[in-house]
Amino acid sequence: MAEPTSKQISKQISKQISKVSMAAAINTGLRRAMDADPRVIVMGEDVGTLGGVFRVTDGLRKDYGDDRVIDTPLAESGIIGTAIGLALRGYRPVCEIQFDGFIFPATNQIITQLARHAYRSEGALRLPVVIRVPFGGGIGAVEHHSESPEGYFAHTPGLRVVSCASPQDAYWMIQQAIRSDDPVLVFEPKRRYWDKAELDEDAEAPPLHAARVVRPGEHLTVAAYGPMVRTAMEAAEIAAGEGTSLEVLDLRSLSPLDLETVVGSVRRTGRLVVVHEAVTSFGPGAEIAALVTEHCFHHLEAPVLRVGGFAIPYPPSKVEHDYLPDADRVLEAVDRALAY
Amino acid sequence: MNETTSRAPATQPEIDPETVQLLTPEGEFSAHPGYPDRPDPDRLRTWYRDMVLVRRFDGEAVSLQRQGQLGLWASSLGQEAAQVGSGQALAPQDYAFPTYRDHGVVWSRGMDLVELLPMFRGTSLGGWDPNRHNVHLYTIVIGAQTLHAAGYAMGVQRDGAVGTGDPARDTAVITYFGDGAASEGDVSEAMNFASVFNVPLVFFCENNQWAISEPNERQTRVPLHRRATGFGFPGVRVDGNDVLAVNAVTRAALNRARAGEGPTLIEAFTYRMGAHTTSDDPSRYRSEAEVELWRLRDPIERVRAYLARNGHADEAFFAEVDAEAAKVGARARRECLALEPPAPETMFDHVYHEPHGTLAAERAWYAEYRKGFAAGGVR
Repeated sequence: MAEPTSKQISKQISKQISKVSMAAAINTGLRRAMDADPRVIVMGEDVGTLGGVFRVTDGLRKDYGDDRVIDTPLAESGIIGTAIGLALRGYRPVCEIQFDGFIFPATNQIITQLARHAYRSEGALRLPVVIRVPFGGGIGAVEHHSESPEGYFAHTPGLRVVSCASPQDAYWMIQQAIRSDDPVLVFEPKRRYWDKAELDEDAEAPPLHAARVVRPGEHLTVAAYGPMVRTAMEAAEIAAGEGTSLEVLDLRSLSPLDLETVVGSVRRTGRLVVVHEAVTSFGPGAEIAALVTEHCFHHLEAPVLRVGGFAIPYPPSKVEHDYLPDADRVLEAVDRALAY
Repeated sequence: MNETTSRAPATQPEIDPETVQLLTPEGEFSAHPGYPDRPDPDRLRTWYRDMVLVRRFDGEAVSLQRQGQLGLWASSLGQEAAQVGSGQALAPQDYAFPTYRDHGVVWSRGMDLVELLPMFRGTSLGGWDPNRHNVHLYTIVIGAQTLHAAGYAMGVQRDGAVGTGDPARDTAVITYFGDGAASEGDVSEAMNFASVFNVPLVFFCENNQWAISEPNERQTRVPLHRRATGFGFPGVRVDGNDVLAVNAVTRAALNRARAGEGPTLIEAFTYRMGAHTTSDDPSRYRSEAEVELWRLRDPIERVRAYLARNGHADEAFFAEVDAEAAKVGARARRECLALEPPAPETMFDHVYHEPHGTLAAERAWYAEYRKGFAAGGVR
């Protein structure tokens, strides 16, 4: 890696490459998509005048108008149901569900309607609807504001489910999701909204559903997505100090899962720990463990281990940091896997 | 809770004075101050034919189900006037979001009724391209389509296809649902969205008195059309078995929508003469006397009586329509029996428009698995 060189270049073209928050990167991505296609509209609760409760849609109403940035009535099923109708008329709605825990009133429209229109119309209908979901915990919120419901949707055929872990990825993903002719749920790690990192608006994006090796390593693979990528990186840093080399994968997509990248990594390291905030039981990690067991059976030196939420409702915020996986919890699983 | 406190007072199944009616059950024309429509013999003959043909098709479909040729059928028997009267009010550019019993709407849009058979035979989940006749697929999840209609109407509005004064451009959307669906949250959300954004949408509630076994009184304590007031747009109850009145009321509401004046709720007061579906047994929850009462209000008979009494149609006309109906029935049967199951591999088609790795892997595995049988081997 020619680190100094690329840093020098980035300084030279600082117009394109700057340090921005994930929220700002999504905002920029939305603007690019709205500039590119007049059929792209943004809708949801408080997304207009206020710019969203996380300010992700800040300024869009002023710049694109009421018709394209719609403050909707406070009704999640209504938001997704009308987005379906708008898509049937040829629009490309980007819906914001204000908080993860409020997606459930919309699950009927998402699962029984949005996910199935292409299928039941035998390809005659397209529903290019994007649903942005600020998700996950760690912000000291009240109940229903810290959930990780992505597994329900990854389990549903007809939907695409992705999650961003950095401003750069968020910028790419939102635009790619909007360009997709299929419905896409974008899970945005709300506690990372204000993490700043470099954003290169002109860099070429990887495919929407490709996983990424964010830190190469030798002894064990840690696969994570969304907010847990940073946690996995922290764990890898600590492990490196102790002489253990962890390879960190950012899965980026749950539906479809980039199995090839996961399998490729595990065949090299022989060990896998999957990390997510979602409840472990019947969660995404279980699916990944089953697939990896099937595809890497003879390469595995240890069972695939999962680090995730406990089988309890998301707890009161004063104990959420005991509930949420952190670097120590990841390292505990790493130690167990390495002990085999 | 005892029985008397847990039950709301029964709503009267009678045609109340609020109800718009232009043709009485006896086939007498009765003028209404709000709707200047007068019986037009040509139109009435057309609608009569429509209703008879739809009823014949529907009857054939029930028989086909009884004989095991369809998995299920939802009969439109008794609701022909509500469906044909409203369906024939639509302009070509308008868009309809039906429920799963709206065969008369489908017919009125110019669709071939045999296109309804695949979903009930189990050879498809849909069966037609909705954009060909601007008829959305039947929606089975109760009331869900009303939100799609509201969103579609928001799109029409954004396209500037409302209130231009150009009759070929101004577009209305109509969504159908039943009295049971009126209890669904989605229907209330749709009405609220439609009202808040003032979209060109007509809510057409076919109140057929029964939601499977539950009567109106278990769905609502106020007549359904009055709900519109709470949402901020007009509601009107029409005799749903009067094709002339239904058409007049629907045309007025559609014109209002196209002019940019917003939504209307129409409650078509009708009756489901048949079972909810072929799996239902209505004798468990309603009386034969009630059904008989509604038989006297038949939507087809009153038009026939009007046409015959006023010399607008003779026996030859009625015989001709009956002969055409027989052909519709025979063709329904023929086309139904010709519907073959799709090749199993096709079940993987169209889940997504773009490639999806998980699905591709399963499809490939399944193709290999099938090959094992094709080779004649025993697995």
